[in-house]
Amino acid sequence: MALSRNWMYENNGGTCVAIAGADYCVVAADTRLSIGYSIYTRDYSKICKLADKCVLASSGFQGDIKALQKNLAARHLIYQHQHNKQMSCPAMAQLLSNTLYYKRFFPYYAFNVLGGLDNEGKGCVFTYDAVGSYERVGYSTQGSGSTLIMPVLDNQLKSPSPLLLPARDAVTPLSESDAVDLVKDVFASATERDIYTGDKLEIVVINASGIRREFIELRKD
Amino acid sequence: MMESAIVSCHDSTIQEIGIERTLYPYVTGTSVLGMKYKDGVLLAADLGGSYGSTLRYKSVERIKPIGKHSLLGASGEISDFQEILRYLDELILYDNMWDDGNSLGPKEVHNYLNRLMYNRRNKFNPLWNSLVLGGVKNGQKYLGMVGMIGTHFEDNHVATGFGNHLARPILRDEWREDMSFEEAVKLLEKCLRVLLYRDRSSINKFQIAKITEEGVTIFPPYSLKTFWAFSAFKNPTKGAEGSW
Repeated sequence: MALSRNWMYENNGGTCVAIAGADYCVVAADTRLSIGYSIYTRDYSKICKLADKCVLASSGFQGDIKALQKNLAARHLIYQHQHNKQMSCPAMAQLLSNTLYYKRFFPYYAFNVLGGLDNEGKGCVFTYDAVGSYERVGYSTQGSGSTLIMPVLDNQLKSPSPLLLPARDAVTPLSESDAVDLVKDVFASATERDIYTGDKLEIVVINASGIRREFIELRKD
Repeated sequence: MMESAIVSCHDSTIQEIGIERTLYPYVTGTSVLGMKYKDGVLLAADLGGSYGSTLRYKSVERIKPIGKHSLLGASGEISDFQEILRYLDELILYDNMWDDGNSLGPKEVHNYLNRLMYNRRNKFNPLWNSLVLGGVKNGQKYLGMVGMIGTHFEDNHVATGFGNHLARPILRDEWREDMSFEEAVKLLEKCLRVLLYRDRSSINKFQIAKITEEGVTIFPPYSLKTFWAFSAFKNPTKGAEGSW
């Protein structure tokens, strides 16, 4: 039971999804915390509200995720004290990228999806890898079930190619309730085949009136 | 029976001369169980300290009270547990020295332990323990777990090590909100008995500890009745005999 090279990391599983709409953003993640073939708990939230209009969902190694979310929340508090306003979602997106790259040679094992409203009130989603490379997109998914969910989102949300000119909007024309229904469907599907996804689904919706949260039961096997 | 390191810690990570860090555990404790019940939280663990496959110490208390409101149980390296107790001693001491009527509750202690374990992991020198932290403060019951590298969660029932595999399924099936003390002890004993039968490193000498709003009680060690004469134990390969 000695130290091998990867003792300092473990994958606690889970999947995160975010979808951007014209005036809303949906961020969702399951609530299962796993280790190997066991479940630690069925009730652990992977979603962290960083600012009024900015929510982060992360999956991967839970110790790193908690540290990362705490780090960003603390930096946001300092920003508020210094600038007397909330951080915008694109600003937080860059802060997250820089924070991740700061630990380029001992990474945060966290796969992140940042969702919220930009300065014009339009939905925005940013997707990351473990070392901070990021991109603004119309929708994204990270985590153990992401390979199962991403093709479905591609099919349903038909993102325009970034090569098109003039640039087309990546946010979906779907209504908020349709987007939430789509999220419920993709998670139900991912739960069927990914052992690390299941138990409960936490959905956070950000729109002009604020942030609301709902929980949906998923299969527990 | 100590397995040698698969790949030594030195080659890929930092090599410093004269610096010692934990590479593998020596004297270890096995599972700790915890569960909430009506009046508070119960923790249970055996009193064994194994040195590899030798059962070296048979009176190791692995559950200790922390401050006025918490109980800490640990599995894994015993010396690292003692180090954690020293850290917590200092924490509680400074808390008491404020003399302001406030005292650290289980949530705060859990958070502290969380940061402690994660921080040591970041410095490549882990405390080789899985900790169970339970407590009651202002009527609110709390039960959480912290792992060696900083993984943590709270739930109505927790277990470390083998307890995760053997005890948690039983607890998931039979735990209810508002169990009385007697019912809760019975359920814990059921789990402890399974661990005794199936975990090689557990011994038949247990301690149950209780924490309620009133305070901590750590009961004296006792043994469980076991039955080894099951017919299935007698001829385990009956029906599927092999050549060895």
